[in-house]
Amino acid sequence: MSYMKTLKCRECGREYPKEALYVCEYCFGSLEVVYDYEKIKTVLSREIITGRPKNLWRYRELLPIEGEPTDGLNSGFTPLVRADNLARALGVKELYVKDDSVCHPTLSFKDRVVSIALSRAKEFGYKIVGCASTGNLANSVASHAAKAGLKSYIFIPADLEMGKVIGTLIYQPNLVAVEGNYDEVNRLCSEVAAKYKWAFVNVNIRPYYAEGSKTYGYEIAEQLGWKTPDHILSPCAGGSLITKIWKSFKELHKLGLVAEPKTKVYAAQAEGCAPIVNAIKEKSEIIRPVKPKTIAKSLAIGNPADGYYAMATVAESGGWAETVTDEEIVEGIKLLAATEGIFTETAGGVTVGVTKKLIEQGKIPKNESIVICITGNGLKTQEAVQAKIGKPIKIKPTLKSFEEEVKI
Amino acid sequence: MSIKVRIPQPLQKLTRGQEEVEAAASDVKGLIDDLEKNFPGIKDRICDGQGKLRRFINIYVNEEDVRFQQGDATTIKDGDEVSIVPAIAGGAQ
Repeated sequence: MSYMKTLKCRECGREYPKEALYVCEYCFGSLEVVYDYEKIKTVLSREIITGRPKNLWRYRELLPIEGEPTDGLNSGFTPLVRADNLARALGVKELYVKDDSVCHPTLSFKDRVVSIALSRAKEFGYKIVGCASTGNLANSVASHAAKAGLKSYIFIPADLEMGKVIGTLIYQPNLVAVEGNYDEVNRLCSEVAAKYKWAFVNVNIRPYYAEGSKTYGYEIAEQLGWKTPDHILSPCAGGSLITKIWKSFKELHKLGLVAEPKTKVYAAQAEGCAPIVNAIKEKSEIIRPVKPKTIAKSLAIGNPADGYYAMATVAESGGWAETVTDEEIVEGIKLLAATEGIFTETAGGVTVGVTKKLIEQGKIPKNESIVICITGNGLKTQEAVQAKIGKPIKIKPTLKSFEEEVKI
Repeated sequence: MSIKVRIPQPLQKLTRGQEEVEAAASDVKGLIDDLEKNFPGIKDRICDGQGKLRRFINIYVNEEDVRFQQGDATTIKDGDEVSIVPAIAGGAQ
């Protein structure tokens, strides 16, 4: 049973059949899935959701597939960690980390979007899948495609971290390293997608794929006891995740599952690639594309496809935006590890660093609930911290040497 | 009539299949009005109901995005080359 009605242009509102389409042929806006919320309301309740298996498909009615889910059956439902140590370090009362650094199977929130994209791609009959990626999506598409027995073509910028390259190659996809930045890789993929009949998860399957990010928001609300937080901080690359988190809260409210969300949504980017944050802070109507230069490679998108929607999310919710330097990213990664025992990748360092900054600036009050979005795992971006975390103490295999060299 | 305007494939139906057309105007706004005269319907594809450039349409004058100049008030002169390019939605981590 599907509750998906049509696709609709987010700009001009023209409707399209729910096919493998992604751009409005009239005004070139992006397409979004329309659901029959009235019907969903009659079949979905908190009890029904909580009675289902702990994976992202527990919100099945709000996800864009026709039949039964086929992929990502163990993905999602990651921990929402009450982060009291980090809260103390930042001087706030109620802080949580939504920890997708342990999302199954490839340790980032991309397993959510790929679960939906592959389920939908199979419904369309595709046998080959692909993506343009800064790394996490590459890992996830390669892994899910291997499990699904689909052939995959994965395009990445040539300068990615080794962890992300190995974490893709291990699944034996066709991995194409493009000499260029992500924006160039993405452009190339649009051309490849136009010529070959493949399911590019974040090109022609994008309207379906992007909906997977909503599950991150549904879970936060459910794990908070069917409440939305007062403040939530999301990293921004293309701007899709932050937009979908906000949408997920509004949908839950529409279905009567949570009270009207009063959540303020904040955008976090690295100083070396902050087209969305810059536009928000300058109150600009246009997003000026940039040439990324940051260690946060997973966020290095200079021309964000959903940038305008990310800006609108921040404005509508009454949130704000901030950037951090590469040094502050590393400090953010180390702080989360030292306080909560969670090793996040550079994107997580951005979000933690921005949280710290906004609290210090007084933009986020100290006595309200705050959720930090941690979307990826630190083992994939070891280069970023390698030289900044000290070295093991080398000793001889004797008690004497141990007591001489190690401070006790 | 000596400003060259490159038309993207999805709008070529309106220009009777021509990839490149000529127009006369002193700024981008005037150029769009001039195109509309010769190819009725094209303005509505490029501009929204208020006459503002649609968000996912980029216009370049001599390879420079007009959004980073004076928008539709960006001046153009004979010999300039204008490209109309839809921003292709896409992009994610």
